[in-house]
Amino acid sequence: MTHLPFIVASYAITLVVVGWFTVDAWARMGRARRRLAALDRRPQR
Amino acid sequence: MSASQAFPVPSRNLHRFANPGRFLRLSGRLLPWLATIGIALSAVGLGWGLTLSPADWQQGDAVRIMYVHVPAAWLASFGYANLAAASIAALVWRHPLADLAAAEISPVGAGFTAICLATGSLWGKPMWGAWWVWDARMTSVLVLFFLYLGHIALVRAFDDPQRGARAGAILALVGVVNLPIIKFSVEWWNTLHQGASITLTGAPTMAPAMLWPLLLVAIGAMFGFAALVVARTRAAVMERRIRGLLLARAQEGEAA
Repeated sequence: MTHLPFIVASYAITLVVVGWFTVDAWARMGRARRRLAALDRRPQR
Repeated sequence: MSASQAFPVPSRNLHRFANPGRFLRLSGRLLPWLATIGIALSAVGLGWGLTLSPADWQQGDAVRIMYVHVPAAWLASFGYANLAAASIAALVWRHPLADLAAAEISPVGAGFTAICLATGSLWGKPMWGAWWVWDARMTSVLVLFFLYLGHIALVRAFDDPQRGARAGAILALVGVVNLPIIKFSVEWWNTLHQGASITLTGAPTMAPAMLWPLLLVAIGAMFGFAALVVARTRAAVMERRIRGLLLARAQEGEAA
């Protein structure tokens, strides 16, 4: 395969950025859900 | 039939989703579908593009960078159009969730614009012999990246979140002028960047063996983008509720 380092770098950057956003979004949702459950005693959605 | 029945008022329909509880219920059901479809389509498209699609006769295997660069470029503009739509909903109809959605779209849009710029640079070096040129297309996408960063900074720059959201919405709407500049830059100016291979009005100038994986990744990335924005907006809605509860408790404590 020609230009392999450029191809690997492109895919790696894409996966790292998208992966970081995904992990951050799900972790943030989990934190908010737990904190809200602790504060708000109404049935959770 | 009255005029309002014949032509539904957008704000009335939009405000059906303004209730945070309803939004959390609906988005909770929608999110797994968006994420699953996004991951599945992107994985199939990227696998296809990396292994089964042919190399280009001029560019060789460097053309495979297209399968990440082009969807990121489309999403950079698509994300900004959504940011502008959310800003209109916030400014004109005072939709309570539009401010939150706008604040969550801009970091994701900035991320995809950064991917577009970085992968474009990695494509440009072996093809043009330069990491960067001040070409109209590349410069206008760089301006888009700065508009996203400006929006992120502006909505967080005020003590009053509503003032920050309003300033951010105005910036987002002013920045919309950059979207047609990005789209038509390759026609209006002499650019090193190639013209569009896929248009809404004409047949694509790309081989089907390359076009299908590209479209799969693009559609998958769009679902992924939507999943990220919905997930972040859900978190923001819950965080706002937490702040409200803490404030109410603090006020109760002061009153007692």
